[in-house]
Amino acid sequence: MAAGELQETRQSAGSRAYLSRRYRVSASHRLHSEAYSAEENRAVYGKCNNPHGHGHNYVVEVTVGGPVNAETGMVCDLGELDEFARVQLIERFDGMNLNTLDEFRELVPTTENFTAEVYRNFQGFCGGRVARVRIEETGNNSFEIGDEFGRG
Amino acid sequence: MILLTRKAEFSSAHYYWNEAWTKEENERVFGRCANRNGHGHNYTLEVTVAGEVDAVSGFVVDLKELKEILEREVVSVYDHRHLNLEVAEFAAGTGVVPTTENIAIAIWRRLEGKIPGAKLQRVRVYEMNDLFADYYGER
Repeated sequence: MAAGELQETRQSAGSRAYLSRRYRVSASHRLHSEAYSAEENRAVYGKCNNPHGHGHNYVVEVTVGGPVNAETGMVCDLGELDEFARVQLIERFDGMNLNTLDEFRELVPTTENFTAEVYRNFQGFCGGRVARVRIEETGNNSFEIGDEFGRG
Repeated sequence: MILLTRKAEFSSAHYYWNEAWTKEENERVFGRCANRNGHGHNYTLEVTVAGEVDAVSGFVVDLKELKEILEREVVSVYDHRHLNLEVAEFAAGTGVVPTTENIAIAIWRRLEGKIPGAKLQRVRVYEMNDLFADYYGER
């Protein structure tokens, strides 16, 4: 490789990239708002308002954005991200009934609100900037919060 | 403006190693990925281009041509190759570790300016289903 090319390659180490990791959380929820009457709840939430709840296999896609570290070639340490996700995502939400958690005591656990909560939690990750969280509730719908990346 | 995405696949071997570090440092930072015998993945590449729809053809780009460009510029160079040993941008002396992030950046550089009539918008590289890197160029 020519010296010029090598120099250019090295300079690329500070390039900004985004790394995404997908995690899985199975949880139950019931959509019900105290602000509505029983009839209104049924009208707004339909079968999601059934009294005993239901569940989903959520797929949680976490994106870390930042400069690529020149020495490791990485945006963040994947082991650190996995460990943070284990404590702040899997242990908090997997196998749980979302309605019973403090976070959703006064907040309907729609996937919109769940996504916002997960995004807020991941802002505590010290190993990089979590730029986006996207949650697939089923294969047919997903919710995302964060950067628009290069789309704007 | 319309975004158009084309997928391609390649299977490659690699390992993670920083030549400036000791064996112990490499193993501490990169773990199993530092195994010098290498390991491999089925990578999936998604290339997104942006452009206007041509009034006559109805295309942003000719997909057949885009497929050929991906084959020529990327797949024929990376597929069934050892990235550290056989691909120039990750060769010894470059100091560039073939992580998913760096592969996305390298593919962007291979494709930039080579797709007629459309602007490269995003390069996404999946190392596996649950792990991928995006690069949008320098901005």
